[in-house]
Amino acid sequence: MTSLTQDPPVTRRSRFRAAPYGFMLPAVLLFVFTIAVPIGYTAYLSLRTVKVQGLGLGPGGRTEVWAGLSNYGKTLSDGDFLASVLRVAGYGLVVIPVMLGLALLFALLLDSVRVRGRRFSRLVIFMPYAVPAVISSLLWGFLYLPAVSPFTYAAERVGVTLPEPMAPGLVLFAIANIAVWGGVGFNMIVLYTALRSIPSELYEAARLDGCGEIQIAWRVKVPIVLPSLIMTGVFGMITTLQVFAEPTVLRPLTNTISTSWSPLMMIYRDAFTRNDIYSASATSVVLAVATFALSFGFLRLVQNRAFAQENR
Amino acid sequence: MRRRLFALTAPLTALLLLSACSGGSSDGGAADEGPRPGEKVELNFWSWAPEMDKTVEAWNSTHPDIQVTVNKQDGGDTAVTKLLTAIKAGSGAPDLMQAEYQAIPTMVGAGALADIKGNLSGEAQGHFGDGVWNAVTLGSDAVYAVPQDSAPLMFYYRSDVFEKLKIDVPTTWDEYAEAARRIHADDPKTFLGTFSANDAGLFAGLTQQNGASWWGIDGDSWSVAIDADPAKKVAQYWGDLVQEGVIDNTPMYTPAWNSALNKGTQVGWVSAVWAPGVLAGNAADTEGKWKVAPVPQWTEGANVTGAWGGSATAVTSQSKNKAAAAQFAEWLNTSADGVKALATVSNVYPADTQNSAAALSEPPAFFKDQKDFYDIAASVAGGIAPFTYGPNTNVAYSAFNDAFGKAAQGKKSADFLSALTTMQATTVDDLKSAGFNVK
Repeated sequence: MTSLTQDPPVTRRSRFRAAPYGFMLPAVLLFVFTIAVPIGYTAYLSLRTVKVQGLGLGPGGRTEVWAGLSNYGKTLSDGDFLASVLRVAGYGLVVIPVMLGLALLFALLLDSVRVRGRRFSRLVIFMPYAVPAVISSLLWGFLYLPAVSPFTYAAERVGVTLPEPMAPGLVLFAIANIAVWGGVGFNMIVLYTALRSIPSELYEAARLDGCGEIQIAWRVKVPIVLPSLIMTGVFGMITTLQVFAEPTVLRPLTNTISTSWSPLMMIYRDAFTRNDIYSASATSVVLAVATFALSFGFLRLVQNRAFAQENR
Repeated sequence: MRRRLFALTAPLTALLLLSACSGGSSDGGAADEGPRPGEKVELNFWSWAPEMDKTVEAWNSTHPDIQVTVNKQDGGDTAVTKLLTAIKAGSGAPDLMQAEYQAIPTMVGAGALADIKGNLSGEAQGHFGDGVWNAVTLGSDAVYAVPQDSAPLMFYYRSDVFEKLKIDVPTTWDEYAEAARRIHADDPKTFLGTFSANDAGLFAGLTQQNGASWWGIDGDSWSVAIDADPAKKVAQYWGDLVQEGVIDNTPMYTPAWNSALNKGTQVGWVSAVWAPGVLAGNAADTEGKWKVAPVPQWTEGANVTGAWGGSATAVTSQSKNKAAAAQFAEWLNTSADGVKALATVSNVYPADTQNSAAALSEPPAFFKDQKDFYDIAASVAGGIAPFTYGPNTNVAYSAFNDAFGKAAQGKKSADFLSALTTMQATTVDDLKSAGFNVK
């Protein structure tokens, strides 16, 4: 209250009106130059294409022209693109439930009263997340190749033949495994943090009502961390659509991963192997819009369930 | 989670920044009359050949007015993409670039390479065989690069294994197949080779040996003949061996392949003249056990081969000192000093035919017992069949990865032929949609 009465005079206040904008400037500049402009330029490129004259050799053999929406037409009617979308959809159906399920399980276990070595276990579960995806993919690639895998070696010693992880039917799970291995820790921390913020009176009340640990977990903890679960779910969907590092690193090791295995790999191939940045841009825009639509659609769908208690 | 998002946006951002910063300057190829007397010229050279900076020292010490700085690059598509991006951006390209033969049409088409015919002495052409010279002129009146190294296909094998099983070194592909069968029958885990779907270059070279040329120029149109008979025969041959199971179907250059070479479960390799470097790196335990022979022939007694790799030194269209750059490129690849440095310091097999014999007196260290290594290489190199690469070689090569990857995995001979058809269709469609004249 005292501060209000001692307010500086109006004139002095107006002199500093630009200050908030000044503070925002770095963020705005960063946003404009690293996000807005590239997106705009990508959208522009997606409407262009190269037209070649005759043999396309020598200066002036190629000119950049307007393509209208033809790059988009090409992307949307491309069998490889649709196949890659369906493939990552299947991949997401494996990764997201398994990853979130494990993350929730670990978070609940760590949060239970009787657990020992909590700090150590938390660190161990989180650690894989700190390993860059390229390195973890190389690591798993080694373990997947029967000729050099210690698993295969050990299994052969006891007379068991393991299936080849990168065979056609299994390769999706092999890639999903790497993502799950790397992602569980991060999601576990998010859920665990949410669990720690639940007031202990709720547990006391539940115990007085005769709840066991499992019932507390299922009826109190899970509903309360549901919003966090949904948030991690959205993250999971976004990363699924953007899966790139794992299949790209594994691709040279096997015949079963094509250069268009995931939409992002296809974009990379078009832009940097085939030098066609125009269709790559169109495909990027399509993928970005799809990611946007999917995450917001999902949030709308679960809004009432997830955030009901906040609106109460 | 952000790291994945970054993977998507980073290359596009880089592309944008490159082109945004250079919007104003559009003079990619300034007029150039060569260095004036007393003026010092600095040239930038993108190369991935090992120790190229040391090779270039020989030039720098004798040419104080034209100093060349080597900028080490990743080979293959990466360097090409980087150059094309710089060309599109209008700045950032080097003066000189090591260019693989198969990438030259793509780079010429993008306006990235300068025509240096007028800057070379009349003697340059005489240093090279017709095949590599054709690769740098694309059959036109222009000269887009000076050939640096050629990479004839050769056959590498474990002589101890061949001796133990009393197998003669195959001189024809029929004998190669027979040798593969016997080696595999002796030990089901051992293969004479693998059909790798990860590198189209080797397969292209094998079809080249049988007379294929995947592209062709016919008047002002391109023709594409990837699924023509010579290539079909080669695809069928390897498809049959893979289906029979006597040749492996896993990719090369994997940890598994490396260990197989070193352990002796891959006992042969159809590769190029640069193979000793790879073998020394990946199969050090087998030193002294390998020997080289000319690649097996389709017709008995013939001496034809294909190429896998090989590159030239090109001057980029952005260079401000094209004459000086061309002078250096000619020295590096045709002078006695330059060729000797290339062969002994950078360990490449020079495309030059006049000075290379003197430069290559000793066999590679990994083959030190085979004194005639470079005699064999020279006899083979003369037999490289003509082959024209196209303006979308990269598209055909990436189509190879996918189509032949599936076929090799399925181990069905018929799929090898349909993979070839897929490659042909993908390549032709790409040319047509870009607006090339295609016949």
